[in-house]
Amino acid sequence: MIERLLLWVDDRLGTAHFVRHALRKAFPDHWSFMLGEINLYAFVILVATGTFLAFFFDPNAAKIAYDGPYRLLDGTRVSHAYASALALSFEVNGGLLIRQVHHWTALIFLAGIVAHMGRIFFTGAFRKPREINWIVGIALFGLAMLAGFTGYSLPDDLLSGIGLRIADSVALAVPVIGTWLSFFLIGGAFPTDRIIPRLFIAHVYLLPAAIAALLALHLVIVWRQKHSQFPGPGRTEHNVVGSPLFPRYAAKSIGLLLAVIAVACALGALVQINPIWLWGPYEPWNAANPAQPDWYVGWLEGALRLGPAWALHLWGHTVASPFWPAVLLPLVLFLVLIAWPWIDAAIRKDPASHQLLDLPRNVPWRTAFGVALFLFVLGLTLAASGDVQARYLHVPITSLTTLYRIFCIAAPLVGFAITYALAVELRAMGGVRKAPRVRLRRTAEGGFEEEPLP
Amino acid sequence: MKERLVGAALLVATAGSALFIAAYFTGGARLYEGLALALTAAALCAAAIGWALWLLPHEQVADEIVTYPSAPAQRATQTGEVRSDVRAIARPRALVGLLYVALAAFAAALALPIRSLGPAPRDTLFHTRWRKGARVARPNGNPVRVDDLEVDSAITVFPAGALEDSQSQAMLLRVPEELAPSTRGYMIYSKLCTHAGCPVALYRAAAKELMCPCHQSVFNVLDDGAVVSGPADHSLPRLPIEIAPDGTLVATSDFPEPVGPSFWERR
Repeated sequence: MIERLLLWVDDRLGTAHFVRHALRKAFPDHWSFMLGEINLYAFVILVATGTFLAFFFDPNAAKIAYDGPYRLLDGTRVSHAYASALALSFEVNGGLLIRQVHHWTALIFLAGIVAHMGRIFFTGAFRKPREINWIVGIALFGLAMLAGFTGYSLPDDLLSGIGLRIADSVALAVPVIGTWLSFFLIGGAFPTDRIIPRLFIAHVYLLPAAIAALLALHLVIVWRQKHSQFPGPGRTEHNVVGSPLFPRYAAKSIGLLLAVIAVACALGALVQINPIWLWGPYEPWNAANPAQPDWYVGWLEGALRLGPAWALHLWGHTVASPFWPAVLLPLVLFLVLIAWPWIDAAIRKDPASHQLLDLPRNVPWRTAFGVALFLFVLGLTLAASGDVQARYLHVPITSLTTLYRIFCIAAPLVGFAITYALAVELRAMGGVRKAPRVRLRRTAEGGFEEEPLP
Repeated sequence: MKERLVGAALLVATAGSALFIAAYFTGGARLYEGLALALTAAALCAAAIGWALWLLPHEQVADEIVTYPSAPAQRATQTGEVRSDVRAIARPRALVGLLYVALAAFAAALALPIRSLGPAPRDTLFHTRWRKGARVARPNGNPVRVDDLEVDSAITVFPAGALEDSQSQAMLLRVPEELAPSTRGYMIYSKLCTHAGCPVALYRAAAKELMCPCHQSVFNVLDDGAVVSGPADHSLPRLPIEIAPDGTLVATSDFPEPVGPSFWERR
């Protein structure tokens, strides 16, 4: 049956050679190569669940009196958007599950992207000839964060409204064009009725379309360049060794897809996420405390809390304090990430193409830099929930802020030094040496002697 | 044995789907629907992994990298042809200049509808709806009288006639009378944080401080809203008020400076 179908297609498109090569394509077996696939599958789940949600969500900021099964909000003035988010949670069979699976999968998507980026970074997989795909990946990372932010801002609940207010203030802090930028993005001074419909079109059309297009490009480039690989017997700078795509790797990969689905469904069933009925509808003069964004926006929220209270006054104009942590810092971080393949090549003084990956210990400065960057972003992310920590630890929030300011400067330096020293040591030893296996035997005199085991 | 394990996983997956169908038709509880789906996917996952590990051949293949870079001769041909083509295009010099002008004009024309996305900011962010004589009102519209608030309490207020205007939201608070004798202890501060625009909703009466719940900027209400700590870069604007003869609170003007976070045009 399959053979006849393939011949039917080959009669018309001449695909026999391509199909044969595609099915026998080598996929390296190392587990870390599957991190990227988690993101591909998470995206598929997001599109499927998101489509279902879009059938019920009403992106309309006009207000109505709430009249639905959640009696605590009876008669409360809410937007159509908020009311429809509640309706799809409480009145659509499977609606709440799918909403929760969608949100959890978004968190998994971003976590998978960061883990995948870490694998690429620490093993030097971004080196020539893979710079293009590194940049495509960075773009996907940025788009995924935007997709997440626009998504959790849609239901027009109190938390999401506060997040939008902060985002608008960040837009206002952009020098020269900030005020115009804010007015063009949301159609006037905050808040406007245009915000929700514009977020909706960005979240269900612009961002997914851009992500899908770049994802396709990402995969086409991987296909064309073939996978990189760790050094090993039979592996050279001019080949790639692994399982054939069909059937063994395909079976493993389908298993991974199902694992992602299983984890997302289990989380969606068991662990409540973003119960918007508890936050209530957004009114610009209401505040929630504590208020934290999704984890992948935490570093920006933390940066806003730790940022210096400096305003710059230039010729009768103002650069507001959110500029440093929320405009300049992300700009610099993303520029460094984009430029990293070339910075790295310049440090290595190495124009050559690479097929074999670096072991992290063999390039101590790169690994140390990666650890330092991780600790810096970790400090920012932890600072985003400083108020919650202050409550549980019974410490003044101002002390925690000071602590995290010190952490964000000191931890990367210390982390760099320790990682560098460890990597140099490991490189000299040729890896972690396992202690020889021995058996201890007690002698008749009461002493011990070692007896080596094979 | 291994085939039996995979078979068992497939049976569990089938049962999981049946459970989901049952959950769907018996009320659609999130918990049961989700767990049934998770069980189904987990069992199918186990079957796929078992199949890959035990039932499929463990062969290794090696792909040679021959697709890039192209052979030197091909690269040279490409370079040469592109060079001569570009030269041919650029030969009519005057036309090339005109082409750039035409394309730039086209791009500008196409970009123009961006202008329709929002109104010009003008002085929108410089003013609120507070005016001289604007009565201080609660969110439900009731005016605030001089005996309404206990000392050390605070409520959200708006100018009467502009209830729920986000830009005009303000915190009315009452401190001991000797600290603000001309207004019997009443003070009004903008409720928009000067850092990132969150509502400055927490009044710490003991310290006489307003605190923003978002990024923990703290403002001293006895020092004209000066920043005590946190990332805010300027003080919280204070609304000048007086007590009208009928005992209600009224504003004597708009805020003396723009409220909310800073922006480029602000001095």
